[in-house]
Amino acid sequence: MLYIDSIVRGIVIDHIKPGYGFSIFKYLGLDKADFTVALIMNAPSKKYGRKDLIKIENNIDLDLTMLGFIDPNITVNIIEDEKIVEKINLSLPEKVEGIIKCKNPRCVTSTERNIVHRFVLVDEEKGIYKCEYCDQIYSWEG
Amino acid sequence: MTKLRHLIDPQDFTVEELEELFSLADEIVKNEKKFKNVCDGKILATLFYEPSTRTRFSFEAAMLRLGGQVIGFSEPGSSSVMKGESIPDTVRTVGSYVDIIAMRHPKEGAPRYASYYSPVPLINAGDGGHQHPTQTLTDLFTIRQTKGRFSNMTIGLCGDLKFGRTVHSLIKAMSRYENIKFILISPDELKVPDYIKTEILDRNSIEYLEVERLEEVIQELDILYMTRVQKERFFNEADYIRLKDSYILDKEKLKLAKEDLAILHPLPRVNEISYEVDEDPRAKYFQQVKYGMYVRMALISKLLGVM
Ligand SMILES: [Zn+2]
Repeated sequence: MLYIDSIVRGIVIDHIKPGYGFSIFKYLGLDKADFTVALIMNAPSKKYGRKDLIKIENNIDLDLTMLGFIDPNITVNIIEDEKIVEKINLSLPEKVEGIIKCKNPRCVTSTERNIVHRFVLVDEEKGIYKCEYCDQIYSWEG
Repeated sequence: MTKLRHLIDPQDFTVEELEELFSLADEIVKNEKKFKNVCDGKILATLFYEPSTRTRFSFEAAMLRLGGQVIGFSEPGSSSVMKGESIPDTVRTVGSYVDIIAMRHPKEGAPRYASYYSPVPLINAGDGGHQHPTQTLTDLFTIRQTKGRFSNMTIGLCGDLKFGRTVHSLIKAMSRYENIKFILISPDELKVPDYIKTEILDRNSIEYLEVERLEEVIQELDILYMTRVQKERFFNEADYIRLKDSYILDKEKLKLAKEDLAILHPLPRVNEISYEVDEDPRAKYFQQVKYGMYVRMALISKLLGVM
């Protein structure tokens, strides 16, 4: 078993779907961090078999909407004095702004400057979103 | 409808609001003179970023018949004012000159985006292959005027059901009424997209049937909505030859149809309805064009809050 130092004060992003850890790591800009961070991939998980995991030895601002959008099964643990003081369960956000782009080449978002790509949740079970402007369907699984 | 309202998607209006709109349109049909000054002093801007002469004329005639006036452009190229300007800036500028805007745009969702910035009511006059809500209102109003009801009907939709946005909108709109059955008549290549079947028809438990040939089902229909089907849409030459005559409505096929069938078409037609059918009292497509103007008159009046 790989040994990883526990965190004194910071954040553990747990139960990340295997393979998604790296993109979240990069999205959060942790590849440029000047504090201790760890990305653990394919760790064994009782719940899911395998999971990715991110440990951050710092209190940073997390975009929970974005994390919930990528994977609503993620749990965010806030650590103080080596203990979990808060456990945040994520869910799919109702609205996603400026994170993903509409793929419809006929969409107004493809030509207007300064327009914010905006999606609304239409099917929570399947994680399906649609573009607020052109109704183009988007799901994370593609 | 007193606060600032727009019409972007036909589903923006509830069934009750639609009924209010259609009864006003009906009043206008019956007594047009009474309405000739209701938009006195009001100006409509037609911002047509792509040409559509029929739709633009319909809006402009509607406004003029209400006593209002119109300004606008029909191609962005001819209008140096709009060159390179963003949609929000254009509607804010134009919105300070006029009282209401009708916008046609080749990009899908452009009118929705514009409505967020428009200081005056904005009507989507068609956005790419996405929505054309005043056509849907026209179709609904024609059904109401010719059948006297929206419920208990079998509606046949015939032709290109895959790409036809008016077909998709009409299915969505009619799905909100009681006891509607759809018969979807198209070649295999041009069937209604799956999401319409799952999200609209199945979800609302609406009965529907998919067939290839019009003559097999025409006797069951109360409404027949014809659309263009072009040869190049078929993948297979043999299918085209086998089916092409099936998508042309002529006197022969009409012999099988109900006495009170209503034939609709969004126009322009190519050859999917024979000219001999125009004389048949069941042909309602030219009336439909006129109803389109009346429904726009009602819509403009409602959105301006003058009625
Ligand atoms: Zn879009």
